[in-house]
Amino acid sequence: MIRDSDFDDLAHKSGEWLRGTGPESDIVISSRIRLARNLADFPFIRRCSDEDRVSIERTIRAKMDSIDDWLDVRYIDLEQLSEIDRQFLVERQLISREIADAEGSRAVAIDPREQYSVMINEEDHLRIQVMHSGLDLKSAWQSIDELDDKLEGAILYAFHPQFGYLTACPTNVGTGLRVSVMLHLPALVITRQIDKVFRSMQRINVTVRGLYGEGSQYTGDFYQVSNQITLGHREQDLVALVEDDVVPRIIEYERKARDFLVKQGQQDLHDDVSRALGILSTAKKISSEETMHYLSKVRMGVNLGLIEDVPVGTINKLFIHTQPAHLQKLQGRLLGSSDRNVERATYLQCHLSGKLSDGDLN
Amino acid sequence: MKCQYCEKPATFHITELTEPGGPQVMHLCEEHARGFLQKEAATPAASIAGALAKQLDLGQTKQELAELDQKECPVCGISFFEFRNTGRLGCPFDYTHFSEDLIPLLINIHDSVEHCGKRPRRAAAADSHAELIQLRREMEEAVEREDYERASEIRDELHRIEEAGSTEIHASEEEE
Repeated sequence: MIRDSDFDDLAHKSGEWLRGTGPESDIVISSRIRLARNLADFPFIRRCSDEDRVSIERTIRAKMDSIDDWLDVRYIDLEQLSEIDRQFLVERQLISREIADAEGSRAVAIDPREQYSVMINEEDHLRIQVMHSGLDLKSAWQSIDELDDKLEGAILYAFHPQFGYLTACPTNVGTGLRVSVMLHLPALVITRQIDKVFRSMQRINVTVRGLYGEGSQYTGDFYQVSNQITLGHREQDLVALVEDDVVPRIIEYERKARDFLVKQGQQDLHDDVSRALGILSTAKKISSEETMHYLSKVRMGVNLGLIEDVPVGTINKLFIHTQPAHLQKLQGRLLGSSDRNVERATYLQCHLSGKLSDGDLN
Repeated sequence: MKCQYCEKPATFHITELTEPGGPQVMHLCEEHARGFLQKEAATPAASIAGALAKQLDLGQTKQELAELDQKECPVCGISFFEFRNTGRLGCPFDYTHFSEDLIPLLINIHDSVEHCGKRPRRAAAADSHAELIQLRREMEEAVEREDYERASEIRDELHRIEEAGSTEIHASEEEE
């Protein structure tokens, strides 16, 4: 039996995928797989009436209830949730921005360790996702495959013998599978090799999405690599393409770039990452972009052994916990942008100045 | 620098690396950047429009295109024109109803038209999607007017279709 839940306690904890412990976790933050599924006897979401949505939500909820070992799964009614709470779940990567901003009946079921979540009434009736720490797609696939089997035992999916699992958008049809790996690539950015590396990936059916700044703009140096096609290949092959072929090549380039930076000027690099840590642990007010920028440097410093005593898991958590909705949940009240900047600085100081150990963050 | 889509300052500079014409830099405010980054992989509507445009260039006349745009699904009522504009289909039966029109698009996006991955143990036959959606609607209407006998008949009928589908899938597995 799954249970209705609030999640005030989540603000003080972190999802397992942020531990920073899986394979290649100095470069790979997380491995995520999602499956898109639809019920056979309802229109897709865009053509659903309000009543249809309510009916889909109730049907799926009831079916989930019949799954025996879902004892601790939290069930959150997103329609009833405040905007700040929805934003919190987006920052947490448990729901998508799209479902947060949508209207009408919609929900999410989350396992207590935050390794999987099931969104109901997103673009498709069901979006199942599994997140693991580090480069761990094969075991993420195993987990999501089992989860999908359990749901399939209770729900009649829309499936076509030729086209596979039917989805609202034809770009997802077939397997309904999207594999995404989140990478931290600061050295490729510093050495200006990043575009070149990704250009070389263009012909192999993967999408690379970057979020970074130019010149004086701040940056987090994070990139997401995903499969582009979903039809005509087995799930295991799509997983292997990303995990065994594409991502290892990017990791190799990033490691080479890091080696180069260390050899070229270890002192400069050491100075740069130490200053970043200095700013983060002493600033009195700091924006979210600036925080991302310096945390990225510190993260690289930790992974290169230039900064000691700061676990990488702590840095990973700080990326999430310093975002606007998280700060406000932690404070238990709404904060304007300048108050958040002060609160963010206090929070960072607390966790980086050695007063608290990693365990206290949990 | 201003955001490409509004008057707010552009604080996010995002490079879309998989554009066919090489990397494309986008300058966006936080709100538009968030929307952009949340979208899955390729922007579906744009790639569908692009794929269709290519397809239509290859010989379909304006008149044929206009006729195709008018074509509507009898179950959900979506027109091909609406699908082209939103990039989203209306119901599972669209894959059967618009099957021929979708195939060139699927080849363009996936370079394939044949699913070869996981198959559910239970599934309704593809051509029964229309019937399933319609029967379920009828069942809800029956419940609303408190005609529980009719609702129960429809429920049995739905079960029958579901069962037939699962037998079919198992039969085809055995053939392999």
